Amino acid sequence: MTDPTPTASPPLLAVRGLSKAFLGVQALDGVDFTVRHGEIHALLGENGAGKSTLIKTLTGVYQRDAGTVALEGRPIAPRGVEEAQRLHIGTVYQEVNLLPNLSVAENLFLGRQPMRFGMRFGLVDRGAMRRRARAVLIPYGLSLDVTAPLGRFSVATQQIVAIARAVDMSAKVLILDEPTASLDAQEVAVLFKVMRTLRSRGIGIVFVTHFLDQVYALCDRITVLRNGRLVGERRTVELPRLDLVAMMLGRELEAAAHRIAPPDDEREEDARPPLVRFRGYGKARSVEPFDLDIRPGEVVGLAGLLGSGRTETARLVFGMDRADRGEAMVDGQAVRLRGPRDAIRLGFGFCPEDRKKEGIVGALSVRENIILALQARQGWLRPIPRRRQEEIADRFIRLLDIRTPHAEQPIQLLSGGNQQKALLARWLATEPRLLILDEPTRGIDVGAHAEIIRLIERLCADGMALLVVSSELEEIVAYSRRVVVLRDRRHVAELRGGEVAVDRIVAAIASESVPVEPRP
Amino acid sequence: MTRSAPGPSRNLPQYGALAAVLLANWLLFPDFFSIRLQDGRLFGSLIDVLNRGAPVALLAIGMTMVIATRGVDLSVGAVMAISGAVAATLTQAGWGLAPVLAAALGAGLLCGLWNGLLVAVLRIQPIVATLILMVAGRGIAQLVTEGQIVTFTSPGLAFIGSGSFLTVPMPVVITAVLLGVTALLVRTTALGLMIEAVGVNRLSSAGAGVNTPVVLVAVYVWCGLCAAVAGLVVAADIRGADANNAGLWLELDAILAVVVGGTSLLGGRFGLLLSVVGALTIQAMNTGILLSGFKPEFNLIVKAGVLMVVLLLQSPTLTLFLPRPGPRPVRPPTPPRGKPESPSPSAGA
Repeated sequence: MTDPTPTASPPLLAVRGLSKAFLGVQALDGVDFTVRHGEIHALLGENGAGKSTLIKTLTGVYQRDAGTVALEGRPIAPRGVEEAQRLHIGTVYQEVNLLPNLSVAENLFLGRQPMRFGMRFGLVDRGAMRRRARAVLIPYGLSLDVTAPLGRFSVATQQIVAIARAVDMSAKVLILDEPTASLDAQEVAVLFKVMRTLRSRGIGIVFVTHFLDQVYALCDRITVLRNGRLVGERRTVELPRLDLVAMMLGRELEAAAHRIAPPDDEREEDARPPLVRFRGYGKARSVEPFDLDIRPGEVVGLAGLLGSGRTETARLVFGMDRADRGEAMVDGQAVRLRGPRDAIRLGFGFCPEDRKKEGIVGALSVRENIILALQARQGWLRPIPRRRQEEIADRFIRLLDIRTPHAEQPIQLLSGGNQQKALLARWLATEPRLLILDEPTRGIDVGAHAEIIRLIERLCADGMALLVVSSELEEIVAYSRRVVVLRDRRHVAELRGGEVAVDRIVAAIASESVPVEPRP
Repeated sequence: MTRSAPGPSRNLPQYGALAAVLLANWLLFPDFFSIRLQDGRLFGSLIDVLNRGAPVALLAIGMTMVIATRGVDLSVGAVMAISGAVAATLTQAGWGLAPVLAAALGAGLLCGLWNGLLVAVLRIQPIVATLILMVAGRGIAQLVTEGQIVTFTSPGLAFIGSGSFLTVPMPVVITAVLLGVTALLVRTTALGLMIEAVGVNRLSSAGAGVNTPVVLVAVYVWCGLCAAVAGLVVAADIRGADANNAGLWLELDAILAVVVGGTSLLGGRFGLLLSVVGALTIQAMNTGILLSGFKPEFNLIVKAGVLMVVLLLQSPTLTLFLPRPGPRPVRPPTPPRGKPESPSPSAGA
């Protein structure tokens, strides 16, 4: 990784004091960001850090409120992706923004096809387009049928085509937004090779990713954002992982919070048979095989950075996604989790991260939302009498202090915190043995936040087992008896008892691992 | 999309529209409401509206639940043709009434099952999935009738179309019974809740343990059954089966009836009775225009105008300008990632 010697010439891309607000929320606040010629620059940050906003402001999707952007010293202000492309800034998103039903060649030259008989009203010269398409792809090691629809190829190939298109359109800055999120190890290796080649040609690559191993395998520099602000820019070789994770999570390691819950006698705990036991459980491209035991009355936390496989683990446990390897046991009996219905029959419940999309049934009433899982488990032939439904709804509205004018209010009119409590009520009504909560306090106001945490503690005291995903480490530490730490889709550590502390979790997230690249 | 608190005022546009159309008919023909008993059967313009409106009302009953799951069934017209063709052909071949009815209804169930499997299991978009049978169904009906218009003389089958029970024409009785059975089936079980839940949010419903494929297959099967009943009524009425024209375009009338009845194409809450009211509103308009002696061309334009008004009254955009009791959800433009929740108003207790 050669760092070009600093010269008097201006950097490739210089962003200074960039600010952008949405509806009064400051998404970017005076951010500086510099990309040099021939470097791969990681842009890192947790949810809401401002990475997406920064990229979209650079590519003209959003208009900045304040600040300057200069490309090789020349101030630019693109008003759209196309203009950004003309100004030599190319972008490739995780979800490839090309047209899957057009051919590879057409995708490469869309909007700038080689023409015959005049540029404006002539005919597309298909032969020339095919020849040029093949030539463009050769440096990327891609030899494929350029007349085949792009959608027939793997996501990795599509991404390389998108990169080739951007570079061929004379991109000097190439922004790759989570390009590796849906690739397997081999595809990642191919992509990295392409990125290194481009770097050697002097292109500046901005690499957004959640995989720390990839950052250390590939990047020259790292810029970290948090809550819309610049935390710092470092050279990769000078930044230990621990410091990087601390920068991303934004905490002083010395002042790390320790667990609040008193440690129980762990030997006795471990002697109890687990309620659920997973062995070698996993799913390709989602989570590497893991082992996991959860005992009654126990809260197990899942900690890790965004994209580390926390949510994927929770979804596998509930059967929302189907595992393709490993075995699951409940009460020592082997079980199959082919879908949520299997999990619910076994006494599981799951509050998903995306409440609106996968949790609430918006137009239905609070009452109907609360009794839905119970009713579904009983089957449609045994309806819960209306009176009983109202009793259940009213009981949980009181118990969880769900703020709604009445049980018949459509749930979509409630605030996020109250929607979350209603979802909790939906599962509590089924008297679950294992409750899985994915980011239970995300987007919830402070008051409801504290209530939900108290509720988690109470449930656990009642003998229910809980599996909780949260990016709030203090929160996890406060209620978890054990914490499983994930990184890069792998369970990397399990902390128990006195080990459950924020600094230990951060250290586990930051710990080295085998590099991802050379894997067959 | 949103429904405010339940109450009689919610359904005012639907009942109001029917009342207005009937009132207009009465103003044009003072004896519109007069009903007379003749040969043990009721006659009159109002009875005519009910009787002629029966096929679309029957279709609308099944269509309502399909639409409530955020689907649509374009094949109901073709299924009518199939069921009519089966009934007529088998009757002509000398089958008894019971096996004929069973075969015709069975054909409808099979058609519904086909649609349901395409939508629920293969996850094909409903409009495309049912388009297949809409096109192929008439071909199947033609195969059954061997391209002929099959007529029959069985008094038993004809009774379904032109007979009467306790002075009420059979199509009206059949519609009322099917409406009652369907309502009983979905409202005294938890099926209604599940249909609405799947329609509002299929992912959330599946996550809560609702067996979404079974619910979807069930509504399409029932819709196929309703279409088969409608096909029987029409075939019995004309004592013959015309594979080319039986039920032609009626799927559109059925969808219209459901929408006029206030069930949103976006799925969710549904009202079976309201859909039947919608079907009768459309029929009352047809009858009124026919009686008025206007040219049939006007029929379509007047119909479109009236429907426009009914739909405008239900339009969410328009209701924004009318005073509303509760707060309404606000959608912020371009929500950037990781921001606090959108300010959905939580009405204070």
